[in-house]
Amino acid sequence: MTNPFANFVIVGERTNVTGSAKFRKLIEADDYAGALAVARQQVESGANVLDVNVDAAMIDGPAAMTRFLNLIASEPDIAKIPLMIDSSKWDVIEAGLKCAQGKSIVNSISMKEGEAKFLEYARKVRRYGAATVVMAFDEQGQADTAQRKIEICARAYKLLTDSGFPPEDIVFDPNIFAVATGIEEHSDYAKAFFEAAAYIRAELPHAHVSGGVSNVSFSFRGNEPVREAMHAVFLYHAIRAGMDMGIVNAGSLTLYDDVEPELRERVEDVLLNRRADSTDRLLEFAETVKGGKKKESGRDLAWREKPVKERLAHALVHGLNEFIVADTEEARLEAERPLHVIEGPLMDGMSVVGDLFGAGKMFLPQVVKSARVMKQAVAHLIPYMEEEKERTGMAGQSNGRIVMATVKGDVHDIGKNIVGVVLQCNGYDIDDLGVMVTCDKILDRAVEIGADAIGLSGLITPSLDEMVFVASEMQRRGMSLPLLIGGATTSRTHTAVKIAPAYSGPTIYVTDASRAVPVVQKLLGGERETLIGETKADQSAARESYLASQDKRPRLPLEKARERAPQLKFAPVRPSFLGLRSFTEYPLEQLVPYIDWTPFFSSWELAGRYPAILEDEIVGEAARNLYKDARAMLDQLVAEKWVRASGVVGFFPASRDGDDIVLWSPDRRRERARLHTLRQQMDKGSSSGEAKPNFALADFVAPKGTDDYIGAFAVTAGLGEGEVSIRFKRANDDYSAIMAQALCDRLAEAFAEAMHAKVRRELWGYAAEETLSFDELIAEKYRGIRPAPGYPAQPDHTEKRTIFDLLEARERTGIDLTENLAMTPPSSVSGLYFAHPRAEYFGVGRIDRDQVEDYAKRKGWALREAERWLAPILAYEPVR
Amino acid sequence: MNREQRLAALNAEMAKRILILDGSMGAYLQGFGLTTNDFHGTRFVEHPMSLKGDNDLLVLTQPQVITKVHEGYFAAGADIASTNTFNATRISQAEYALEDVVYEINVEAARLARAAADKFEAQDGRPRAVAGALGPTTKLLSMSPEVGDPGRRDVNFETMAKNYEEQALGLIEGGADLLLIETITDTLNAKSALWGAWEAFDKTGVELPLWISGTITDRSGRTLSGQTVEAFYNSVRHAKPWAVGLNCALGPVEMRAFLADLARVAECAVSAYPNAGLPNAMGGYDETPHSMEAHYAEWARAGLLNIAGGCCGTTPEHIEHMKHAVEGVTPRVAPMPDARLRLAGLEPFTAVA
Repeated sequence: MTNPFANFVIVGERTNVTGSAKFRKLIEADDYAGALAVARQQVESGANVLDVNVDAAMIDGPAAMTRFLNLIASEPDIAKIPLMIDSSKWDVIEAGLKCAQGKSIVNSISMKEGEAKFLEYARKVRRYGAATVVMAFDEQGQADTAQRKIEICARAYKLLTDSGFPPEDIVFDPNIFAVATGIEEHSDYAKAFFEAAAYIRAELPHAHVSGGVSNVSFSFRGNEPVREAMHAVFLYHAIRAGMDMGIVNAGSLTLYDDVEPELRERVEDVLLNRRADSTDRLLEFAETVKGGKKKESGRDLAWREKPVKERLAHALVHGLNEFIVADTEEARLEAERPLHVIEGPLMDGMSVVGDLFGAGKMFLPQVVKSARVMKQAVAHLIPYMEEEKERTGMAGQSNGRIVMATVKGDVHDIGKNIVGVVLQCNGYDIDDLGVMVTCDKILDRAVEIGADAIGLSGLITPSLDEMVFVASEMQRRGMSLPLLIGGATTSRTHTAVKIAPAYSGPTIYVTDASRAVPVVQKLLGGERETLIGETKADQSAARESYLASQDKRPRLPLEKARERAPQLKFAPVRPSFLGLRSFTEYPLEQLVPYIDWTPFFSSWELAGRYPAILEDEIVGEAARNLYKDARAMLDQLVAEKWVRASGVVGFFPASRDGDDIVLWSPDRRRERARLHTLRQQMDKGSSSGEAKPNFALADFVAPKGTDDYIGAFAVTAGLGEGEVSIRFKRANDDYSAIMAQALCDRLAEAFAEAMHAKVRRELWGYAAEETLSFDELIAEKYRGIRPAPGYPAQPDHTEKRTIFDLLEARERTGIDLTENLAMTPPSSVSGLYFAHPRAEYFGVGRIDRDQVEDYAKRKGWALREAERWLAPILAYEPVR
Repeated sequence: MNREQRLAALNAEMAKRILILDGSMGAYLQGFGLTTNDFHGTRFVEHPMSLKGDNDLLVLTQPQVITKVHEGYFAAGADIASTNTFNATRISQAEYALEDVVYEINVEAARLARAAADKFEAQDGRPRAVAGALGPTTKLLSMSPEVGDPGRRDVNFETMAKNYEEQALGLIEGGADLLLIETITDTLNAKSALWGAWEAFDKTGVELPLWISGTITDRSGRTLSGQTVEAFYNSVRHAKPWAVGLNCALGPVEMRAFLADLARVAECAVSAYPNAGLPNAMGGYDETPHSMEAHYAEWARAGLLNIAGGCCGTTPEHIEHMKHAVEGVTPRVAPMPDARLRLAGLEPFTAVA
């Protein structure tokens, strides 16, 4: 909800123990996680400033204030808004000021202890860098009439401004008192406030007016409809008088116009003291609405009537987190131990989820949503379990601990996050070390926490080597833990052929998240030996078939393959500019139409083409819900600019030199850079005559003598992506974290697509007339290609370095390369542009030693280095 | 020239042109190839632990080297030298078990810088100021050192403020003209430094202009403790700073946008002293004096600057080029003072009324 009162500062009041019994109980019970949840709810409901008050008899004020504010400091989604440090005791206020890095508002100081004390506090407030609320309170007491309010505020204003206190940092609270109390003297209280507010705003320049609105309706405690109406009508008049800040329940502000007219009139009579019998008339009306009308709601909340266990199961299966904390709390109060809530209703609910998932009736996005609910429920219970642990010395139960990491040099972790979440909701402790984790760190951590297994993930091909290294290090250290391998670039064959032989412990390839649970269950449960036996047999079969397949594929000697290069004619078009052009903060909304949604669904393990997938008989519903969530987040992501997109494009004079492409200075005299390409060596010869050509990317550029060109690009839509996902993870919302990552990935691809279109039509301009539908774009029915290093047409990732240097990509876009040439932020795309009409995507396939030797020479590498970078496509077993 | 005359002259200069602050101490010192023995000097021969790397201590053990650095920067054209006191607080010196000489380091550091400044002032009569530098210390007030225990703090506001107060007292005694609270990673540390400075002013009766320079640690534009540039400004605005600015962490390319944010809101002078680029794979810095020059020239023309200097990796050569880049360019004009209520959490909030 946004602020319905323009220019009115909403101070969230629910984190105030004097106004909220719920919050008081949380603080008294030391339940700071619960207290933080209240604060978060206030922020989410639209509070501009968060009021924090811990004044209660049983609470050690300075300690509680310090603790709560320190905890808030580590919750960016709460700490983003300023604080109102609220106490009637100066030592509590000062404790709060010592924990607030931002500019807060003190609530409050006053002249009740005299001018000297007042000025001393004001001076300290200023030195701590805060604004302050000044109560209309003096040596004689609290001001109740308009005249007294005005007198006190005017005097305080003069004292403060004379001492150098900035007038804009003064917020007057001219006291909101309860009306309709039945006491004659109280009838004018609201009116007096309105008058004082008007005076302050007119006569005391830059000062503000605030107040605790809910005081006004104190006599109607228990009758929420009347109280809300009174607040709405009070605010309407107070704001018109000049009140510009208020301590209110940020979640339940009613608009003046939405108050039922009859009720509104009676409330107005009371507030403005318009009739002698106004209080009686409001009381009379209040009787008729007592108990409260339930607010209309479009949702089916029938399940809320069921017993708590069923409600928990319902929330888990349907991924609803709205009531989960309350329901978990209810279950906790019923249970003997907090752990029983997890082992009982929560695990029961999750096993329903697991069964449905296993049976293909639920899909990954739904499971991750369920996991979010589970996580939030568990997060609520953890403080109680820890307290219990401290009390009884008992340790928590876990099905097993798994250390997970994306290996060194790689930054991709969507898949790993999904697997982590799915395992977590099956009761495993996941210690996720994040991305770019060195081997030592992974293994040290595993030893330190006594892990039951290690899971490695990676997306780019050099990560495969790193995984082999981790496996060999585990061998060297004499470890025997199971090693799980996953990630887009990994495979059953690679695991069997390269990783498993390096380590004598169990090494298991995990296809995807749905396979992760059964594998881990077997591995850490009773079926361990069976699984290991099966895996070993399967891996030795995979190795045999790999070796067998090695010999069957005929390949040509490099010279022969070069003879079969395509013979192309060249009629190059000159790009509209040579050199570089940056695109900083590219409008995200312009990328949205270019999104190809099909890969988005496959990243959530939903197979099928978009948009047909939405109507799919089996996964349709899951896909629709996922798509709805994705679009909603995408809209918000774009509107609120969660991430930034930047790119750079460059065009260079170029010519082919063998299988290399030489990039020239603009006058074509000086060699600026050299790109290296790899040639297909498979024998495509057919018995029926002419063989198909053996491609290398260099073929698409004209040899020297014809003025041809090449383009290069690097784009990202992930600047700030890391922060976004951390923010969600901190809120125990992995579903949104993964969703945001997946969307950024799509936006980056969309950016590459959009930029390519712009290049064809405008920047290079060789296809100025091109008009293609979106589907045709996705089907790549246009002229020219944009191959990226690390993909089939050029499997060598190191070419990215050349491209990045040429493009000054790091400086111009903020994309960096890791030591293994992964781009960071991960939602980035880079590559080359070829404009030749016959340029096409192809796969280099496996290559023989003759080409590797030749390539090494061209790159200035030792043979071993070439074999390392080209490991995934070697047609032979390199000598170690 | 006494302090008052010097500050008046400096302010008059600042109204006419962009002032020049010196560059990195560390990069310069590296060139001297100081050994462990040099750090210990004769005075700390018996010190039970190695003092190598405690650059601040050099004002006591190798004062002639520090003087050379200051003179090198003044010769390159600097108007302001910052004292070699980045880590001269008890909290930071505890690493070397040198808490007891902290006050002395600050006094000597200010004296050495002041002596170098006097020498150059005497040559041409132009003011050369000394900014007493107060660094971020090794501890944070807003963040837990322990991820699993977010409420924990290793130090409190009072202790931190006392540390800074002692440092400020030493710098004042040594003759500093300004106090520069710099490389701020956590604004609460900076607020405690302001508190300490005011305590020192109360005690000495000397009130120095305050200069506050924050550090944006990543490309998203946040301080380490999570604040945006404008939130950071709102949080230190109560100090009525002489200047606010950004330094360290980022190179000029990355700093540009955040500097522009600050220049838009700050009602006082604005300073910038970036690193010479981001550290590269070899731990060195990529921006050359020439490439830095281009950035400063652009910033100056865009009206973002009142004071320019260099942080990590910069040398007198950088400063010379920088001076050249900003010469003759009209300095930034601050916006009109703003009488709106400006609050801040991690993000800024301004009341409209």
